[in-house]
Amino acid sequence: MGLLQAFRLSVSAMLAKKLRSFLTMLGVIIGVFSVVALISLGQGATSLVTEQVQAIGSNLIVVNITGRGARSGLTLEEALALASRPGVSAVAPMLSGQATYKYQAQNISASLSGVTPDYNAVRNHNIAYGRSLVAADLDHRQEVAVLGSEVAQELFGRENPLGANIRINGNAFTVIGVLEEKGDGIGESNDNRVLIPLTTAQRLLRNMNISTIYIQAESPESVDRAVVSVEASLKQIFRDEDAFGVFNQADLLSTVNQITGTLTLMLGGIAAISLLVGGIGIMNIMLVSVTERTREIGICKALGAKKKDILYQFLIESAVISGTGGLIGLMLGQLAATLVNRFSDFPTAVTFQVAVLALAFSVGVGIFFGIWPANKAADLNPVEALRAQ
Amino acid sequence: MIQLENIRKTYKMGEIEVHALDGISLVISQGEALAIVGPSGSGKSTLMNIIGCLDTPTSGNYILNGREVSRLSKNELAEARNTQIGFIFQSYNLLPRQTALENVELPLIYRGLPGKIRREYAVAALEMVGLTGRLHHRPTELSGGQQQRVAIARALVGDSPVILADEPTGNLDSASGREVMNVLTKLHSQGKTLVLITHDPNVAKLCERQVRIIDGRLETGGAN
Ligand SMILES: Nc1ncnc2c1ncn2[C@@H]1O[C@H](COP(=O)(O)OP(=O)(O)OP(=O)(O)O)[C@@H](O)[C@H]1O
Ligand SMILES: [Mg+2]
Repeated sequence: MGLLQAFRLSVSAMLAKKLRSFLTMLGVIIGVFSVVALISLGQGATSLVTEQVQAIGSNLIVVNITGRGARSGLTLEEALALASRPGVSAVAPMLSGQATYKYQAQNISASLSGVTPDYNAVRNHNIAYGRSLVAADLDHRQEVAVLGSEVAQELFGRENPLGANIRINGNAFTVIGVLEEKGDGIGESNDNRVLIPLTTAQRLLRNMNISTIYIQAESPESVDRAVVSVEASLKQIFRDEDAFGVFNQADLLSTVNQITGTLTLMLGGIAAISLLVGGIGIMNIMLVSVTERTREIGICKALGAKKKDILYQFLIESAVISGTGGLIGLMLGQLAATLVNRFSDFPTAVTFQVAVLALAFSVGVGIFFGIWPANKAADLNPVEALRAQ
Repeated sequence: MIQLENIRKTYKMGEIEVHALDGISLVISQGEALAIVGPSGSGKSTLMNIIGCLDTPTSGNYILNGREVSRLSKNELAEARNTQIGFIFQSYNLLPRQTALENVELPLIYRGLPGKIRREYAVAALEMVGLTGRLHHRPTELSGGQQQRVAIARALVGDSPVILADEPTGNLDSASGREVMNVLTKLHSQGKTLVLITHDPNVAKLCERQVRIIDGRLETGGAN
């Protein structure tokens, strides 16, 4: 018997019992829908996080110093000297702490970062208006501040902050600029912070030790070289590899991708369980169907149907049912992804691979769970089958 | 040619053995019309199933057109049913969801013939039984006699040499029964071997030979 013929017979058997076929499919529909929706959601999350990591700055290397013995950081000179290491194009040391800010009646708390003029370029975070810190500000320990957009908004509202005097931990500072809004990054808020000259920060926070240094590599290719040379320098200073940590953006990106990838797989896996349950539903109905059609099977056998004819017939039937369910589930998943995309800024999309995989998987489930019932049908004794009912 | 030699069929029901066929020897030559009669439960259908390769005997030899049936595999048995035998049942046994035409095409589907040729043969077979106007009717839309004629068309569409009919008129009134018998005698006159089980002496009379089965044995000294 030809495949096309078997396929036609399956469709006619399916249409003969529409409600039952639909209910049988429902399990697969829900299964494929949740697989598709959750995987595309996971993939959306991955691309969102990737975007955020890339927004930290390009070719970025982050050095964190935990210190050894009495030394818990680098001096400004040591930090700046890293700029001349091979592969390094710019260095932005940072000294951070919490501080309170006061302007007129407003009183807020936010992080305070002492930075150098290269900070904006290295961290890819530009000035929205006003000016950024310059070398002279550091040389003279100027009491000037560049506000993050959120701090500016909270302290000044609609007022123009440029030139205004604020108090940081009680000391008078002049606002010289405001940073662009950047949104939340990984583990820190970019907008809820204030930048002041690093030298001023050392005095204000009573801390000379610089423990965070952002380093920009010359190019994506030179990131590894820069990491090696910076590590070599730090090893010379601390004589202990545990005194510092060097992370680069590419590593971070691959870590993040690994985590979100695992998460996506897990979500898909959980959803796949419901697909499996759908498969069991199909097996159940196919078994009922074999019993109901025992006499028909007997007739077919009397007319010369071979074991494989009956086997294919029922396998194709369960594959058609679950494949149709898979197609409907896929379309619903696509619809859900489109809706999420339209009504939120979550970038979901059903990729071609996911679509093909979901369909192939649902047809596979149909075949797998159809094997037993189909075998049962194909093995029926023709005389006994003809005597049924 | 059909050659049965000391055929036995024994069913085991727990401790008890039921000898449905108890040593049947019978030769049916090509082109012959044979009526098998006998009381209910005597083993007629059991014999028919064995002749039709639906079932295999517990012991004995059965040679169908030169081949020993007990040596055939399941697939070969299916093939024998498809090419050597045409079945007609008391209860018609048509597929309920398929049209008359599709029902008649079924044996040819299992033979792997392409759709166009199947259709051609099926239309011709239905014409032969006088159902040209009912090609696209489903069994529920046909009378009993018409359904049985569709079943006859299905039995002859594959051009099998042997037609086996198990009480073909058993469910029909006398007029429809006569129509069905007309078609069957016509087939016989065209050279088909016809084996017919019946309770009706008038139907049996239409066959040139009659055998009677009682308790799984052929009655000796009958019109053999
Ligand atoms: N599967 C089976 N298991 C046990 N016994 C069986 C089985 N099939 C048939 N028999 C027995 O074999 C005997 C012959 O049955 P069969 O159906 O051949 O009778 P029959 O002559 O066709 O009767 P009828 O005229 O009523 O159709 C009966 O006694 C029946 O009970
Ligand atoms: Mg019988």
